[in-house]
Amino acid sequence: MESVFGLVGKDFAIVAADTSAVHSILVHKTNEDKIMILDSHKLMGASGETGDRAQFTEYIQKNVALYQFRNGIPLTTAAAANFTRGELATALRKNPYMVNIILAGYDKETGPSLYFIDYIASLHKLDKAAFGYGSYFALSMMDRHYRQDMTVEEAIELVDKCIIEIRSRLVVAPPNFLIKIVDKDGAREYAWRESIKDAPVSAA
Amino acid sequence: MSRRYDSRTTIFSPEGRLYQVEYAMEAIGNAGSAIGILSTNGVVLVGEKKVTSKLLQTSASTEKMYKIDDHVACAVAGIMSDANILINTARVQAQRYTYAYQEPMPVEQLVQSLCDTKQGYTQFGGLRPFGVSFLFAGWDKNYGFQLYMSDPSGNYSGWKAAAIGANNQAAQSMLKQDYKDDITRDEAVDLALKVLSKTMDSTSLTSEKLELAEVFVSNGKVKYQVCSPETLSKLLLKSGVTQPAAETS
Repeated sequence: MESVFGLVGKDFAIVAADTSAVHSILVHKTNEDKIMILDSHKLMGASGETGDRAQFTEYIQKNVALYQFRNGIPLTTAAAANFTRGELATALRKNPYMVNIILAGYDKETGPSLYFIDYIASLHKLDKAAFGYGSYFALSMMDRHYRQDMTVEEAIELVDKCIIEIRSRLVVAPPNFLIKIVDKDGAREYAWRESIKDAPVSAA
Repeated sequence: MSRRYDSRTTIFSPEGRLYQVEYAMEAIGNAGSAIGILSTNGVVLVGEKKVTSKLLQTSASTEKMYKIDDHVACAVAGIMSDANILINTARVQAQRYTYAYQEPMPVEQLVQSLCDTKQGYTQFGGLRPFGVSFLFAGWDKNYGFQLYMSDPSGNYSGWKAAAIGANNQAAQSMLKQDYKDDITRDEAVDLALKVLSKTMDSTSLTSEKLELAEVFVSNGKVKYQVCSPETLSKLLLKSGVTQPAAETS
């Protein structure tokens, strides 16, 4: 089942997520990207109801882009996190979105940062965070091995430890994971951790 | 002939003019003036108070200078009752932004939102446009210290030194002559007082006729400070704009 987690390192932040699209007991797809690149220096990892996740993250992404067009300056990660929280909080009393979000970003003034936002609109600035069934293992693993001054190599090693633990201890473990990173050079895909590959779809 | 286009704010005259907007600007030309100067370490606003009477109850608050948020203040020239409405909307906008993003609103965005309101009255109508010009002084993390000037049409622009109100053209040209790019805040205060003393109608400049406010950063925080009448009197003496009391009496 779903696993989204992230951590802040020395001068970067990492978000990792499983890539399974699941419905009931069936796995429909194992290469679904659940980490959206919000803008040049922000990553938004999301778990929850598939439709809500797609709808809400895209809504936030488009609003962040609109802000940048209108004002010529990008939103800071903190401002984007507070905006996202506000949108979830307003929706909460009308038609709530079932999404949990890990927002990671890099700002010139403040460096890397990571925000935990859950579907009931609580917001926390954290060094490490996780959502879903995988969080039980990812959190314990990060509690044991996390340091604030980790290098990229060390952090990726820790992410891999989390993935191995989820795969070996969780009954309903997802097979594949995707890791993305954000630092001063921007937000980008870092690596895939695949144990099975989806059969290629033949052309329609 | 042009009378036909006077009464409606939203209709162009055949020469392509909006008379009501131009009249609003004319109204500001008679109002007490205000000067703003951008310096390396702050922004200075000086304003001329028109209504001075011994019978007038001097209120604790300022007459021409208003704080809009912790990091933005403005000086007003024009119809004060109109200005109060706009200042209120500006304050609301600033708080709305902080509510949404938990960060202070960038200065230009605040100015722009206010000018959008002003513009609305020149196109969608109402009875008349706002008869107010503003000087906005502020600081934000993207562009540092900033000074903006806005007029009743809803135009705004950023300036290093600007003047609004009576004799603004004379003041503007004096500022153009004497402004230096590396001017400090103290020098800016001095320059603003000197320019105002020359462009104001009254012969002697006293602290009752003036207001001085500054926006600057101290201990990493943006501060808005209004000068007390006592300090202002001392500043006036120092800059040689008024003579010592012994000589004048």
